Amino acid sequence: MEFSYNWDWSVLLCTVEDVEIGCIAPYFYWIVEGFGWTIAVASAAWVIAFSWGSFIGILRTLEAPIWLVVPFLKPSMKYKSSVIETGNGAVMINIGWFLHGFATVYVTIFRNIPLLVQMFLWYFVLPEVVSKEAGMWLKREMPLPEYWTAVACLGLYTASRVGEAVRAGINSITQGQHYAAMAIGLTRVQVYRCVLLPVAYRIIIPPLTSDFLGIFKNSSLALTIGVLELTAMTRQIDEYSYQTFEAFTAATVLYILVTAIVMFAMRIVEGRVAIPGMISLGAK
Amino acid sequence: MPETENTTPSVESSPGVGMIQMEVVSKWYGNFQVLVNCSTKVDKGEVVVICGPSGSGKSTLIKVINGLEPFQEGVVTFDGTSVGDAATNLPMLRSRIGMVFQSFELFPHITITDNINLAQLKVLGRDENEATNRSMALLERVGLMDQKDKFPAQLSGGQQQRVAIARGLAMDPAAMLFDEPTSALDPEMINEVLDVMTELANDGMTMMVVTHEMGFAKRVADRVIFMDEGRIEEDCTKDEFFGGERGDRAQEFLSKILTH
Repeated sequence: MEFSYNWDWSVLLCTVEDVEIGCIAPYFYWIVEGFGWTIAVASAAWVIAFSWGSFIGILRTLEAPIWLVVPFLKPSMKYKSSVIETGNGAVMINIGWFLHGFATVYVTIFRNIPLLVQMFLWYFVLPEVVSKEAGMWLKREMPLPEYWTAVACLGLYTASRVGEAVRAGINSITQGQHYAAMAIGLTRVQVYRCVLLPVAYRIIIPPLTSDFLGIFKNSSLALTIGVLELTAMTRQIDEYSYQTFEAFTAATVLYILVTAIVMFAMRIVEGRVAIPGMISLGAK
Repeated sequence: MPETENTTPSVESSPGVGMIQMEVVSKWYGNFQVLVNCSTKVDKGEVVVICGPSGSGKSTLIKVINGLEPFQEGVVTFDGTSVGDAATNLPMLRSRIGMVFQSFELFPHITITDNINLAQLKVLGRDENEATNRSMALLERVGLMDQKDKFPAQLSGGQQQRVAIARGLAMDPAAMLFDEPTSALDPEMINEVLDVMTELANDGMTMMVVTHEMGFAKRVADRVIFMDEGRIEEDCTKDEFFGGERGDRAQEFLSKILTH
């Protein structure tokens, strides 16, 4: 059997519906639009992944007790070890173990369920298990339900990966640095903000870059719940024009283009924030 | 019964109560006891050297004073404030105690000046100008004015340790703790650090120094504490310690480190 295929790269440049010139639809704008949605999904999801993931990662590094001050509460003897009376009518409750446990469970769940399954759980299952009104809101009434569901799903999934990177970064800093930061009188929040995190984030630039590239590429899964991002648009062009190779080549090139730019940019960032005098092979 | 006693214990600095006071302090790591009923007292302006074989609990002992290491039994007070009390504001307490570590522990991502400024800005609430002025004065004092804009990793060990001392002093501490400040240094750099410490002691700073530098102890210390297996075996004046009135364990230790 002979392989016959009519190459026609010009379909990618169709900007009008004009069958005369072989354009059933404005494919060029479809690609632009799909690309736009891909960027929109990935960047919004990254905001969630980075901030929530950092929070989760930080929680997992906490060891010493965290005291929550609760006014007007009478401690019961049973929980004496994690409750302290302050003397002015309030009690302090140690919630450190709870926060740490919560973050650990979070990472375990979100990192271990396949992303596609998570996408379906958020979009098809969640609206059915919550109350009828809430389900209705999730499916129909909230603005852009497919988009925001995809963003939340990708963001929360990637947060578990970012969290692990942040945890690894913080844990790679010596105990001596913790001690020194505490010894000069910094509070725990200041120890993290001024000493641990600035160093930890520098260390984890490479894995964070990977996570961002991951979120960008994984955004293609949003097509399964109806977001018309780049991959979805590419398939649509394929179905309309039968120019499969051209359409997917365009998508491939666009994906690679963006990831290459991100990698290059992060290399520059890594070099810029490298700590003078510290040996860092990757950031020369 | 309503309690009417003063709730701010830090004002009771009666004579006889040391700046640093430890009463039968014990600490365990799991089943392993690192501190066994340690009691001692350091008065204002006193310089106390702590020595002993490795693993004897010296470092742990001074880290207990500013609450870096929790302890399970006993009472530690610093200038009247109980360190082990859960209601004590530990960051506030620590800001009044300077600490210098064996491996310097400067913050690698900020300049020398920023290292010394950091806690002044964040803890004492000084403004940038005030903090920098203080930092410059301290850098001048430790002889590192020309290094002010460098990063820690660009300095030699001895220089880093002097910066670390300046960082501690920038908080105008009531006492300074030194945890083997010269152990990680090349021999030719040890003296530049010891000189700064000697000067500090002569200025009347209250100091607790974990060190094996017996020359420094002889020159500067008021008292020497010898520790072994988590216990304070000797706690006496310098003259008593070096004059021969010491126990067998201390004798053995000294003969090991003073042979050359």
